[in-house]
Amino acid sequence: MPHASTRSAFLRGLRDGFPFLMVIAPFATLFGVIATEAGLDIFETLSFSVVVIAGAAQFTAIQLMSENAPTLVVLVSALAVNLRMAMYSASITPHLGRLPLWKRALVAYFLVDQTYASAAFDFEKHPDQTLAEKFAYFMGVVVPICPPWYVFTLAGAWVGEAIPQELGLDFVLPIAFIAMIAPALRTGAHRGAALTATLVALACAGLPWNLGLIVAALAGMIAGAELERRALQ
Amino acid sequence: MTDAYPLWLIIFGLGIGSFGLRFVFLGLVGDRTMPDWLLRHLRYTAVAVLPALVAPLVVWPKATGGETDPVRLGAAALAFVCGYVTRSLYAAMGAGAAVMIGAAYWPY
Repeated sequence: MPHASTRSAFLRGLRDGFPFLMVIAPFATLFGVIATEAGLDIFETLSFSVVVIAGAAQFTAIQLMSENAPTLVVLVSALAVNLRMAMYSASITPHLGRLPLWKRALVAYFLVDQTYASAAFDFEKHPDQTLAEKFAYFMGVVVPICPPWYVFTLAGAWVGEAIPQELGLDFVLPIAFIAMIAPALRTGAHRGAALTATLVALACAGLPWNLGLIVAALAGMIAGAELERRALQ
Repeated sequence: MTDAYPLWLIIFGLGIGSFGLRFVFLGLVGDRTMPDWLLRHLRYTAVAVLPALVAPLVVWPKATGGETDPVRLGAAALAFVCGYVTRSLYAAMGAGAAVMIGAAYWPY
């Protein structure tokens, strides 16, 4: 009964994705608030979340725009934050690479941190699933994660338009980023990458066009990769 | 603040770029794997880019005209320590917010 098994895979995905709602809702709301503070209207803010659907990259773009960075720097920096998505894509391909092209495109659009993590763990735990079951599981995880991302962005944009600009939410975003970074520093290589990037960013803060960000990020990535290589030797 | 930007170019540029990054292996590369050295660097992208973005904002906040502010430094430091120790995004955000709100309403 392929129908019953894909249905149960979909329901398992739905159940696994649900706890992430607790992360998605406040984060999407925060994006809505910050984007409207930066001068975007409600429609532009919602479009940002629907078209880009990548929290950290969206926050990065808004931050750099409010610092008057050049457009090219905004694009390159925000996409650099999203480079990890290419790793997710590479990692999920052995499982879902045989789907028809339109389904692969659909998976790619919905491939975010939480959907990737759930699917990667589930496909490892239940390796004997059919292709249809794996796809059903993935779409099940998407339901409580991606549509709420749009809905709560919209809610945040409404709230944000009501908050007077003078209240100054300037420091909410740095704190939000720090809150994302600190729990992710699991290994010495992660800590080395973050510390190197921090120091180089401060040293290169005077560079024009926010190039200090790019230089510091590359330095941090090289430090992390090198520390990992040495730890393995 | 963002009026000077070609906003739709940025939104669609980021949308197409992000989709491209997500689609590149699923859609185009197939089962071939990336070289190890590249994967090794990509693993540290997020923990390098975000600190590089945040560090100058913490040390030279634009709200104070670039002058170092002990309250913001303290909020950032406490948020970091809480996040690192508890591994919880919410503990970190709560700690940082508590310092900012506490300082705003502190009766001098």
